[in-house]
Amino acid sequence: MLPLAAIARTPEGFLEHVEDWDRELALVLAAESGLPELTDRHWLVVDYMRTTYLTKGDAPTIRTLGKESGVSIKELYLLFPKGPAKLAAKIAGIPKPHGCI
Amino acid sequence: MTTPLTHGAGAAVADTPITKVSIIVSKGSLEGIYPALILANGARMEGIEVNVFFTFFGMDAINKARHDHIKVATVGNPGLHLATWLGGFPGMSSLVTAQMSKAMEKLDIPPIPEFVEMIADSGAKLYACKASVDMFNLDRKDFIDHIDSIITVGDFYQMAGGGQIIFT
Repeated sequence: MLPLAAIARTPEGFLEHVEDWDRELALVLAAESGLPELTDRHWLVVDYMRTTYLTKGDAPTIRTLGKESGVSIKELYLLFPKGPAKLAAKIAGIPKPHGCI
Repeated sequence: MTTPLTHGAGAAVADTPITKVSIIVSKGSLEGIYPALILANGARMEGIEVNVFFTFFGMDAINKARHDHIKVATVGNPGLHLATWLGGFPGMSSLVTAQMSKAMEKLDIPPIPEFVEMIADSGAKLYACKASVDMFNLDRKDFIDHIDSIITVGDFYQMAGGGQIIFT
C-alpha cells in the first residue's frame, strides 16, 4: 500500500484512480472517515459498491444497495451513519456517486 | 467569464454545512410530493438529520388508502404544455402518471409508498399535522406505521430548531 499522502485524491477525499485501491487502504480511508474498524457487514457493502462500479461503470443507488447488497437500508445507515452511499464509495475507492437517489 | 456546468464537481462546499432539515409536504399531487421525498432522501444520504412534516393534501403520501393512487395534476399545470380541456379528459391524469412513473423507475426512483418507507428506514422522522388530521377527520390508524406521531405546528417548530426548514 502506498502512503495515503502519495495517492491522488479529490478535495473530498475520493480516490482519483480506482486502481490505487487495496483492502489495506480501505481501512485507512475508513478510519479517516470516522470508522475505526470494518466489520464483515461493512465489507459486504464496500465490496458490492466496488464490484458494481467496476462492472457497470457507476455506483449503485441507495435503493439498489438496500435491495441487492444483502444489507437493508436501515442497517446501511447504522453501518455508515454519515451517509452509506457516499462513505462506502469513498472506502471502496470508487468515485463519488453523482446520482440524486 | 462563464464556468461550464459540470456534474457536481462545480458545486462549491459551504463553510457551514447543513446538519438538519425539516421538510414540509403540503401538496397531494405526484409532482407536489416527489421533490420533498427526493430532498429528504438526499439529505439522509449526506448524513443530514431529517424531519418530514406532512400537512393538508401532502398527507396523502402517508395515508394507507391513498398513497398508492397519487397522480400528476393534468389540469392547471402549465408545465405539462397540455391544452387545459385535454388535461381534464377522463383518464388523462392516469396516463401522464403512468408515463412519469415509468421514467422514474428507469432512474431507480421508487414509487411513493416504497420511497416513504425507504426514507423512514434511513432514520428520518415522519410526522402528520394535527390541524390537517382533525380537519380531514383522520386518525393514527389511517396512516402508515412509519409515522412517528401526529404533532402540532408548535411541536414542529420546536423540533425544527437549529436547522433549515423547506416548504414544498
